[in-house]
Amino acid sequence: MGSNNRTILIVIAIILVGLIFIGKLFMLQVVDPSYKFSAESNTQRKLTEFAARGLIYDRNKNLVVANQATYDIMIVPREVTPFDSTKFCNLLGIDKKHLDRLFANVEYNIQRRRISTFQPSLFFKQLSAEKHTILQEHLYKFPGFFTRRRTVRKYEYPNAAHILGYVTEVNDAMIERDSYYRAGDYAGISGIENTYEKELRGEKGARYILVDVHGREKGSLRGGRMDSAAIAGKDLTISIDIDLQAYGEKIMQNKTGAIVALEPSSGEILSMVSSPTYDPSLLIGRNRSENFPVLAHDTLSPLLNRATMSSYPPGSTFKVLMALMALEEDVLDPSQRYSCIGAYYAPGVRVSCRPHYNPVNLVSSIANSCNSHFCEIFRNVIDNPKYASPSEGLSKWREYLLSYGLGERPGSDLFNETSGFLPNSYYYDRIYNNVWGSLTVLSLGIGQGEVLTTPLQMANVAATIANRGYYYTPRIIKDIEGVTIPDKFNIRHYSNVDSAHYEPVIEGMEQSILGDFGSTARIAQIPGISVCGKTGTSQNPHGENHSVFIAFAPKEDPEIAIAVFVENAGSGSSVAAPIASLIIEQYLNSEIHYTRRWVEERMLNLNINEKIAESENRVEQE
Amino acid sequence: MKRSRSKIKGTDWFTVILYLLLVTFGWMNILAANIEPNAPVSFDFSTEYTKQLIWIGISFLTIGVIYLIDSKFYAAFAGMFYIITTVMLIMVIFVGVEINAAKAWFEIAGMRFQPIELAKVSTSLMIAHTLSRTQFSFTKLQNILIAFAIIIIPLLITILQNDLGSGLVLLAIVITFFREGLSPFFIIAGIIAIIIFILTMIIPNHLIILALTAAFIIALLFYKQIKSALISLLIIAISYSLVTQVFYNDATEMSNNIGVITGIAAASLFIAARVFLKRQSHLIIYIIMLWGSIGFTYTADYIFEEMLGAYQQNRIMVMIGLKDDPHGAGYNVNQSKIAIGSGGVQGKGFMEGTQTKFDFVPEQTTDFIFCTVGEEWGFIGTSAVIIAFITLLLRLIYLSERQYSSFSRIYGYSVVSILFFHIIVNIGMTIGLAPVIGIPLPFFSYGGSALWGFTILLFIFLKLDTNRAELLR
Repeated sequence: MGSNNRTILIVIAIILVGLIFIGKLFMLQVVDPSYKFSAESNTQRKLTEFAARGLIYDRNKNLVVANQATYDIMIVPREVTPFDSTKFCNLLGIDKKHLDRLFANVEYNIQRRRISTFQPSLFFKQLSAEKHTILQEHLYKFPGFFTRRRTVRKYEYPNAAHILGYVTEVNDAMIERDSYYRAGDYAGISGIENTYEKELRGEKGARYILVDVHGREKGSLRGGRMDSAAIAGKDLTISIDIDLQAYGEKIMQNKTGAIVALEPSSGEILSMVSSPTYDPSLLIGRNRSENFPVLAHDTLSPLLNRATMSSYPPGSTFKVLMALMALEEDVLDPSQRYSCIGAYYAPGVRVSCRPHYNPVNLVSSIANSCNSHFCEIFRNVIDNPKYASPSEGLSKWREYLLSYGLGERPGSDLFNETSGFLPNSYYYDRIYNNVWGSLTVLSLGIGQGEVLTTPLQMANVAATIANRGYYYTPRIIKDIEGVTIPDKFNIRHYSNVDSAHYEPVIEGMEQSILGDFGSTARIAQIPGISVCGKTGTSQNPHGENHSVFIAFAPKEDPEIAIAVFVENAGSGSSVAAPIASLIIEQYLNSEIHYTRRWVEERMLNLNINEKIAESENRVEQE
Repeated sequence: MKRSRSKIKGTDWFTVILYLLLVTFGWMNILAANIEPNAPVSFDFSTEYTKQLIWIGISFLTIGVIYLIDSKFYAAFAGMFYIITTVMLIMVIFVGVEINAAKAWFEIAGMRFQPIELAKVSTSLMIAHTLSRTQFSFTKLQNILIAFAIIIIPLLITILQNDLGSGLVLLAIVITFFREGLSPFFIIAGIIAIIIFILTMIIPNHLIILALTAAFIIALLFYKQIKSALISLLIIAISYSLVTQVFYNDATEMSNNIGVITGIAAASLFIAARVFLKRQSHLIIYIIMLWGSIGFTYTADYIFEEMLGAYQQNRIMVMIGLKDDPHGAGYNVNQSKIAIGSGGVQGKGFMEGTQTKFDFVPEQTTDFIFCTVGEEWGFIGTSAVIIAFITLLLRLIYLSERQYSSFSRIYGYSVVSILFFHIIVNIGMTIGLAPVIGIPLPFFSYGGSALWGFTILLFIFLKLDTNRAELLR
C-alpha cells in the first residue's frame, strides 16, 4: 500500500521545514551581523519623522498659513540618572513644582503600562526654538533626555480664523478611527485644516538609530536602510482674497453677523467673515490651552462660524425668489401694475408696507420692497388654480427654493454647515391641525415666518441670480498641489426658473440702488459700477431686527455676489447694504471712492454690540 | 478504578512532557515580555501572565475531563460536535465582539473565547468520522467533495467573520487527505490554483494564459506529439498576430486577451480534430484542463478586481507580500527580525530583552511571541523550540500510525496537520518566510482560548491513543 510512502513524504516535509527554519534563524541570529548590537552597550531607537503640514496660500498667492519649528523634550526613563533639577527647570523655563508634576506623570504612565522605560516618550511639549538652542548645549548633562523637532502652524495674517480652522493634538477617538494617527500627533480639527487634513498632513517617516547607554546617537541602524523619509503635506491654494477678508473683518468689528462673497462664475468663496472673530494665532500650541476656554465661554461665541452655522429669516431679500418662481409659474405679469394702499389687507390679516410711489409694477415693487405686492404674489403661487390645494402649492414653492440650494446643506468644503429650514405642508398640518391656507402662512412671502437661511445660502442665491439661473457648489479650495479638486465643484446646478425670467428681477434689483425716492438701497451706489441688490429686514423675536442685504456686481458679467447679515442692526438699508457695497467696491476697485469715504467711516465706527449691551444693562437695571 | 489507572498508564508520557515543556516555556516568555524593572511582577488579574496562568489551569482541568469520557463518545458524537461548533461560528457574527476588525470572539464575564478554536477540534473529529467509514474512498468524486465540504464550510464562515486567517488553518487537513489516499493531483491542482490567483494580481491575464498554454505544449511534447505541438504553436502565433495587429491594430489589454483566446481556441479545435481522427483520447483531458485553468484565471481576476473592495484587495496584497506596508504588516516583520536577530547565539537572557518590551514589536505576546524567544534565548532557544515542535509532530505521526482504528489515525493526522500549519505560518512570519497571517503559535502564544483549544485537540488524541488496540468508529 502507498500509505507508508506517503507517511514518509509527510515526515520528510516536516523535517525539511524544521531545517529551513533553523537555517534561516542561524543566518539571522548567528551569521548576519547587521542585526547584532549587544544589549548592554547599545539600544535601538525608533524616531518618528514628522511631516511638515502643507502651506496655505490665498487666491493671489499670498502665503496665509506657514509652519514654525518647536521642540518636544523626550524621555527614556530607564536612562535618566540624577541631575541638577534647578538648572533643568531654568532651561525649560518652568518651576520645580511643574517638573515634579511632569515626573509624577511619567511614573504614573509606567505603572499603568502606557509607556515603556526603554523607549522614548514625550516629556515636555513645544519648547520654543530660542530655548531649545540654549538647552541643546547643556543636554549632555541630562542623560535620558533628548529633543525632537516638530512644526506647528504660523499664521501670517490675524484673519480668516473660521475658514482656516485649527490644528491640535489628536484624541483617542480619532486614533481609533484612523490608524495613521498615534498619540501626540497633530490633526486639523476644524475649517480647511480639517476638510483637507489628508492632503495637508503628508506622510510620517521613521528613522532608526542606535544609541549608547548615555543616550548618545551612535549612527543609524543597518546603514539607514530601514529608514523612511517624511513626505511633506501638499500645499493648498484657497479661493479667499486675504486682503478682502481682512477688510471685511475690519468693517464687521463690533458687530455680530456674517459676510459671504462668492465669485458667481466658479462658486469660489472670495471672503467669508463671521463676526466676532479671533486671531488664529491664539490657538497655536501652548497658547491654545489658555485661550480656547476664553473664546469658548465668550457670550458672543467668536468660535461659531455664523456664515455657515447660523440661520436667519432672509427678510425681504426673499422677494426676489418669490418674483422668480411667480414668473416661472406664469402667475405674475411683469408689466401689470398694482396699487399699494400702505398695507396688505385680507380677511383677518394686515401686513403693513413702507412708503413708496404708487402704483408699482414688478421692477418697482422689488426696488421699493413693497410688501403688499409680494403678499399678492405669494398667494397667487400658493393658491394657483393649477394645484388642488395650498399644500400642493406649498410643495411647489418648496421645490423652487430647493433648486436654489435653500433648505439643505450647501455641500461646500467648509467644515460645518447647517441646512437652514424650509417648512413643508406636513409641518403646517401639525401646527394648524390641518386647517391652513395661503393667508395663514402669508409672512413666508416676504421672507419672514418659519423660513430660515444661512448667509452662505443667500450668497449662493445672489450668485445664481447673477448667473441668470445656475450656481456652482460654493467652495474654498482653489488648487491642491498635484491633485485635481473634487468633481462636484465643477457641476452647474440649474434653478427651476427659466433664464429669461431673470431680467425683470435683476432690473428691480438694480433699481433698488439706482431708483429714486422709495428705493431701498441707494446708499449702495458705487460710482462706475452697476450694483444689483436687495435689502432685507429680518424680524427677530429676541430683539432688534437683523439687517440683511444680497447683491452682485457688475450687472453684466458679474464678478462678485454677496450676502451680508448683521444681527440686531435694524433695517437692511441702514447697515447691511452699505457694508456690502464697501466690500464690492473694495474687491472691484481695490479702493473706496472719495465720495463714499463717509460711508466707510460710519460703518467702521458703528458699534452695535456696545449698543445692545447697553440696552440689555438698562433692562436688567429696570 | 483499575481500568482508569491503566488508562493513565497507557498515556504517551513523552508527548505529555513535551506539551508541559512548551506550555511552561511559552508562559515564561509571556512573563518576560510584560516585565518592566520599574513595575514589579504583580499577580493581579489585569496582567497577561496571570490570565494565561488561569487558562493553563483551566486547560489542565479540561485534560482531566477529556480522560473521564469514553473514547467511543468522540467517535459517536463527532457529527453533533461539528454542528454545534458550526452554529457557534455563525452566532459569533451576530453576538460576538469585534477585535482587529474581526467578529470572531464571544465575551463572557471578561473572558474572550474564539469558537474557531473548538471548530478545529470538531472538524478534525468529523473528518475522522467520515473518512473512517468502510465505504469511504478517495477514488469516488462524491466522497472527495464531502471531505472537502467538511473543511470548507467553517472556512467560509470565518470569511464572514472577517477572520479568514484563522479559518485557513483548516485547509491544512488536506495533508490528512493525502495520507488517506487523496490523489496528489488535487494537491498539485490546489497549489497551481493558488499560484494563478496570486499571479492574476501582478501580471496581465493574457500572459498567465500564455504560460498555461506553454505548459500544455510541453505536455504535448512529453507525449511525443511534436508535430501537434509545433502546429498548435504556429496556430496560436498566427491567430494572435492577426487579431491584435490586423483586426484591432494595437496591443491593448482587450486585444491581447482576445488574441490569445482566439489562438488557443483555434489550436484546441485542431487538437480535437486530431484526437478524433487518430483516436488519441488522452489528449482530451489536457484540453479540458487548459480551458479549466483559463476559466479559473478570469474568474479569479474578476473576483479580485470587481467583487472585493479596495481595502480587502490591499489586505490581500500586503498579506502575500506584494505590497509593502511600512506602518502595518511590513513594519511588524522588520521589528520582529530585528528582535530575533539581536538575540545572537546565546540571547540576552531571561527578562533581559529590550526589543520585545511594550509596543516595539506589535502583538508581541500573541502572534509574535517567538520574537521574545529569539531575543532572550538566542539561536540556542529558537532552534530548541523548533526541534521540540518537530519532535512533537513526528511523535504524533508515530502514534497515529500505531492506531488500530482508522478513526484515531485520521484524527491524529488532523492534529498534526493543524499544528504543522500553525507552526509554519507563525514562526515563518516572524522570520520573514511566511505571510503575516495573525494566527497563534500553539501552546506558546498569549490567548486563553487558543491554548485551551490546542490542549483539547491534542489530549483527545492522547485519550484515543490509550484505546489504540480497540476499534472505534
